[in-house]
This record gives sequence, structure tokens and C-alpha cells, in this order.
Amino acid sequence: MTEKILGLIPVDWRFELTSLPYVRKIIKSRWMPFLPIVLNLSVFTVILMAGFVGGVSAGNYNFGIMFVWIVWWLLLMMVMVPFFSRVWCMICPLPAFGEWLQRLGFMKVRNKLFGLNKKWPKALKNMWLVNFLFLGTTYTTGFLTTRPIATFILLMSIIIGSIVLMAVFEKRNFCKYIGCPVGGFLGLYSNIAVTEIRAKDPQICKDHKHKDCVIGNEKGHACPWMILPFDIGRNTYCGMCLECFKTCPYDNMAINLRPPATDLLVDKNRGLDEAWKAFIMLGIAIFFFLIMQGNMGFLKDWANATTTEGYLTFVALHSIFNLLLIPGVFFVFVYASRTLGNKEIPLKKLFTNFSYTLVPMGLIAWIAFSFGILFPNSSYVLHVISDPFAWGWDLFGTSHFPWTPFLTGVMPYFQIGTLLFGLVLSLDIGFKISKQTFQKRDQAVRGFIPIAAFLTVVTIFLIWLFTG
Amino acid sequence: MKIDKLIIGIIILALLVGLPLILAQPEEPKEKTIIINAKQFSYTPDTVEVNRGDRVTIRLISTDVHHGLYIDGYEVSTDARPGQDGSLTFVANNTGKFVMRCSVTCGPFHPYMIGYLKVKPDYRLFGSIWLAVGIFICSILLVSRRQKQ
Repeated sequence: MTEKILGLIPVDWRFELTSLPYVRKIIKSRWMPFLPIVLNLSVFTVILMAGFVGGVSAGNYNFGIMFVWIVWWLLLMMVMVPFFSRVWCMICPLPAFGEWLQRLGFMKVRNKLFGLNKKWPKALKNMWLVNFLFLGTTYTTGFLTTRPIATFILLMSIIIGSIVLMAVFEKRNFCKYIGCPVGGFLGLYSNIAVTEIRAKDPQICKDHKHKDCVIGNEKGHACPWMILPFDIGRNTYCGMCLECFKTCPYDNMAINLRPPATDLLVDKNRGLDEAWKAFIMLGIAIFFFLIMQGNMGFLKDWANATTTEGYLTFVALHSIFNLLLIPGVFFVFVYASRTLGNKEIPLKKLFTNFSYTLVPMGLIAWIAFSFGILFPNSSYVLHVISDPFAWGWDLFGTSHFPWTPFLTGVMPYFQIGTLLFGLVLSLDIGFKISKQTFQKRDQAVRGFIPIAAFLTVVTIFLIWLFTG
Repeated sequence: MKIDKLIIGIIILALLVGLPLILAQPEEPKEKTIIINAKQFSYTPDTVEVNRGDRVTIRLISTDVHHGLYIDGYEVSTDARPGQDGSLTFVANNTGKFVMRCSVTCGPFHPYMIGYLKVKPDYRLFGSIWLAVGIFICSILLVSRRQKQ
């Protein structure tokens, strides 16, 4: 019998969005994703200018800060990742210069890429580097989200870094393994997304010996993300660049609607790098809440580097909490799961497999956290779109719109509802993973209890932290 | 049979949610005056606790720059400059935790200048926790029941 997500939607249910002729036509056009990238680039040009002009002024009235850390971040966490997988990577303008340099053009197909085209070391083909890169970036959150110039420096570093590193390493190694701070969690959390790119009929790909999607042809580039488009098990490393739609001579690629979180049930290529990504993301959501929406002034002073000792204490605590404490507590529950379930199952396998239950929990925690940004602060956006550089402009007549929090009275109910839904989804995925891991159902039930307890405790903690 | 179990499940869940509401014993309403000192980027005290029905007056004192204080859910606000205090009064009819935020741009960390108003008893928190516990119990019962079948 086919399993169902939340007991409602069969895991293998799919609706092919690209079966709609006009959708397929748009996807196959070389204007896609070039055009959205260019449009996005124009917005990011304003963001960069506003960041540079804004300097160290207060960020709440700066276009760069507001559009990156409110508009972009909220869209990313609340809309793009859960609904459209890595669609941000499709339209991200930051590595565009590096890619255009590799291709020596904007839209034309050139499969012999410019640059050194070095291979990325096999030992580093995982999320460890981006785990540390993202964690390192969050050390500066006190500056990034409050000082326009810090956001400018971060974005320019990514642009310049991508140009240099994409001239050295082939294709999208920069986005995948090296330089994008958010690439890791976009990959992991896109496993929850309700959309996917997959081959329509795997047998067609199997019979087709000349893999155009892998080596490219005159209609499109070889997969820039260096995956096998005919064998995408999970969304993790598919950057949704749409090249495989162009290269496939059989029109065998599809964008599907599907139930949420199905990739988390794929028992293939799971690893500790992704486990730690899940821990780090959950921990950062908690720390960000304490800094941005918490009441502890001393923690804000630490993150704001009011004193060097305070800042170093913040970095140390932040690192220990994310890298050691959360995995350590989780390990205790996994150990209990093994004791109750089956002591012959390797502890590492259990630890890795069950860590994927934290993926829905983590994303939901971020969504709940994001409500706390959206409702109180989004009115600033109306101000900055009218006066993006604080030069006294009033483009849309909203530059004097006062700070107006909305729905903050009912915000906790949104947060609680979201967190409880996250618990239900995590428990559902958790038991399915337990069945996969323990094989025998009675063992799976016993082994599931401590993991379910952990997920419940984390949810209660988050409810208390956010609303209690 | 299935419907019976569903009804029993709903009753258990409702009891779990209702338990803290039954146990909660609210105190008699009082008049409370609270002095809050504001400085970049925190309030002292950072948490104000009152009981439902209390008539609360907050006096806001700024010790450095122009600050404000806005209370989520109650939608009341005041502001203060050094030497020029602010004040607001309200009846704490809504229970739970409410964020007190600075409403006047006071520096880089201004959006993060936050304190909490806690109006007890916090039914919302108790109810949510019991709901989470109920979901946990239901999930264990559900997977165990399927095992027996």
C-alpha cells in the first residue's frame, strides 16, 4: 500500500505543471531564466547602491537592508523554499557575472566554458564548507541586518568571489560547495518543497545513450549543477536552471507538483553534513530570535560588538550551541531510540536518518520566526520604495508612511499554529523514517517514541520562546 | 468504530487543552505603576508581569536618546526623551505575552529593542503546550494502533 503524507496525499502523487503547453513553452525558452535574472539584477543594483550610500546609518529606513533582510528573506523562507524548491537559485543574480564569463555571453549556448574549469575536490563535495560559511556569516548578523554598508560588503563579496572562483572551478561549484552562504540550507530545505524537477519517464533516459543533459548540445548547456538530470533523487543539488529542459531531445523533463517533504524519505545520499546543516539551521533560528525578538539587552550588546569580550562570548556560545549542544541532545534521544528499537542498527545510521526529521521542524521554526519580522516591520518597505537612497525622494507618495505594525496582536497564534503543524509533519516523516531504518514495524514504533518526544520537546520550547 | 475512536481522541485532546484553563486561578485586579528605563537598545526591566484585569500605568524614562514604547496586541504607545518622560495607561484584559517595541528610530539596533509584557494567566501558552503533548500522545497511539491491526 502506498504511504501517504499526513495520511492524506500518497507519496507518489504527482501533477506535471509542464504538461500545460504554455508553461513548457516558457520553460524551454532561452529567455528563461535569463530575463528574471536581469530583472532581479536591476533590483539588486538598487540594493547595492542603497547599501553603499546608506553606510552605517540605521538600517530600518534603508532599501538595501529592508529588501534583503525583510522582503527577500521572508519570500525565501515562507514562499520560495516550501513551494518552489530552489527557485531562488534559478533567478539569483549574484553568480550571473561568473556564469556569463564562463559562457562568454549572455544567452548563447557555448559548452566549452571559459576559465580553468578545475574539478572541485571529491572530499569537499558535501555541505561541510557551506555549513561553516553560513555559521560564520551569522556571527555578523548584528551588522548585516542593521548597517547598510555591511550588507553591501556581503553581497559584493559574493559577486566578486563568484567571478573569481567560477573562473577557476568549473560550472556552479561556487554555488554548490564553496561560496554561497545560503546554498546549503536552500538545498536541504528544498527537500520539503511541493515542487520538483524530474524525468518524466526514466526508461526513456535509460535507453538514451547520448546523455545530452549531462554533456550539453546546441540547444542548451550541460547541467551547470553537475547532477544527472535523469536521476534526481532529491531536490538538494538541483539549482532549477532549466538547461535540461532545453537539451533533452525527448522532452522528457518535467516540473511536478507533489506532496511536501517526500525527498526526506529518499534513503540515498543521506549524510552527517546534511544532519549538521539541520542542527545549525534550527540553532540559528533560536539565536536569531534571541537577538532580534528577544528581551535580553546584553545579548544584543554582544551581537552588536559593544565590547570585544562580549562579541567573542557571543561567537563562542553561538558556535557551541549549534555545533555541539543541539547535536549532543539529539544524540541522547537517538541512543534511546536505538536501545528501544534495535541495538544492532548502527548508531551513525540512526543519527543521520533521524536528523532529517529536523528539516521540516527547522523550516517551520524559521517561518514562525519570520512572522515576528513580517508583522511588526514590513511597513518600513513602503517608506524605502519611495526613497531608496534616503535622498528625500517620494517616488510613490509613501516616503512619509509611518512605522505601522499590523496584526501583531494575533501574531502568536500564527506562530503557534505553524509550529504545531510543523510538529505534525515532523512526526509523520519521523515515523516513516523509523520504518525505513528499523525495517520491522514493532521496532520502528518503539524506536520512534524517543524521536517523537524530542520533536515535541523542541516544539514546546519554540512555542514558549516565541510566544510564552 | 473509527468514528468512536476519533470522538474519544477529540475528547481527550479537548480535556488536555482545557485542563490548564480549569486549574488557573486569576488574582484580583489591581492598580500597577511600572517604571521602565530605556537606553540603546534595551528596556529595564526587560519583562513586566501583571495579572489579567490590572490597570497598568507605564512610565517610560529615557537615559540616552529619544525612545518609544509600543505594546503589541494593546496597540498603545508613548515616547520619552532624556528629561522628558512618557506615560501610558491601559487595562490588561488580554492575557499572554506581548512584545513591547521601541517605536522611535534610536540607532542601528532599533528594530531589536524589545521588552515583554506578560499578562497572567497565560492560557494561550498552557493550551499550546497541552496541544503539543496531545499531538505527541495521539501520534504514538496512532502508530501503535496500526501495528496491532
